[in-house]
Amino acid sequence: MTALSKIPDMPPEEVEALLPWHAAGTLSARDARRVDEALARDPKLAKQYAVIQEEFAETIHLNESLGAPSARAMQRLFAGIDAEPARTPSVTSTFSARIAEFFASLSPRTLAYSAGAAALALLLQAGVIGAVLVKQQGNFQSAAHEAQLDGGARALVRFTPEARVSDITQFLDTYNASILAGLKAGMFRVQFGDKRLTRDEVTNLMKKVEQEKIVSFVAPAQ
Amino acid sequence: MQVLYGRHHVRVYRFGLRLVRDEQIAEDLISEVFLDVWRQAGKFEGRSAVSTWLLAITRFKALSALRKRKDAELDEETAAAIEDPSDDPEVMAQKTDTGKVLRRCLEQLTPDHREIIDLVYYHEKSVEEVAEIVGIPENTVKTRMFYARKKLAELLKAAGVERGWP
Repeated sequence: MTALSKIPDMPPEEVEALLPWHAAGTLSARDARRVDEALARDPKLAKQYAVIQEEFAETIHLNESLGAPSARAMQRLFAGIDAEPARTPSVTSTFSARIAEFFASLSPRTLAYSAGAAALALLLQAGVIGAVLVKQQGNFQSAAHEAQLDGGARALVRFTPEARVSDITQFLDTYNASILAGLKAGMFRVQFGDKRLTRDEVTNLMKKVEQEKIVSFVAPAQ
Repeated sequence: MQVLYGRHHVRVYRFGLRLVRDEQIAEDLISEVFLDVWRQAGKFEGRSAVSTWLLAITRFKALSALRKRKDAELDEETAAAIEDPSDDPEVMAQKTDTGKVLRRCLEQLTPDHREIIDLVYYHEKSVEEVAEIVGIPENTVKTRMFYARKKLAELLKAAGVERGWP
């Protein structure tokens, strides 16, 4: 007898009650194993489980057929955010920390929904930047709105998935840069300074930015 | 916020829509939910998944929205929206697409039963998470799910689909 098989059996009614969660894959490993064992030895229970799997599939089908909200909902949301009173820097800083904690708290199961860890890292990065860094620049513009600043070289920048918010903040400070727009095709539109640069200066700047550890790609942009 | 919204708004909308059964209200609901998140990120305690927190806020707001509408009016609307399967038993019995009948019966469940089935199957919430979202003890979650499924089986039976349970 293996150590794993020593898990005590559950009462049949308790196993039965857990079948819907077993179908959805949300049981703990221990409970899932207990249910699997019960299913293997009880054909009646297995039959009921097949019924539950059908319910599970049709519930997903039904919900997926509900469609998605129109763009109006998002417009309303960002109009609401823009109408919010400006926060003081200290409050913004606290908010930044809260948002960082907030994203850090994504459960492994939530993470499983994403296409991959790297993609998720980029998304989280974008979320934090969109929600916090853009606001920290004093404009208090939501990420849905592209800021239009005069002068300065503009570039599309992709940060490495490992880049932390503090790294990106440092990067922006170092280059006196601002994020003009959020994540598009994995890249941010960034403006460096507010003075017009010659072509050579832009080339040199791009080379310098390219050398940054947290930057995986940079290209001049309009 | 864009990313958070992008990741969760469809599920939040569908959860809200299943509760309020009105697309306009459900859309208003998601704007309010995410605006609340924007305002109250600090209240997120990190003990649960973000989606669980969002669904709990959505549920609270959906119930508030429903309360604003007269209960009687809602009941009438809901009743009107539900077709009586006994209206045409022959047609129902002739349906070979069990899935279609099942979905139809899922629509006929009470809001409480519909909610718990959606949370467990579609939103893939654990017993603990459902308890947190709905605000009921974990044992009640299991019991409510059991009765929701039992009611579903009864509706299916009435529609001519016998599944051998309960």
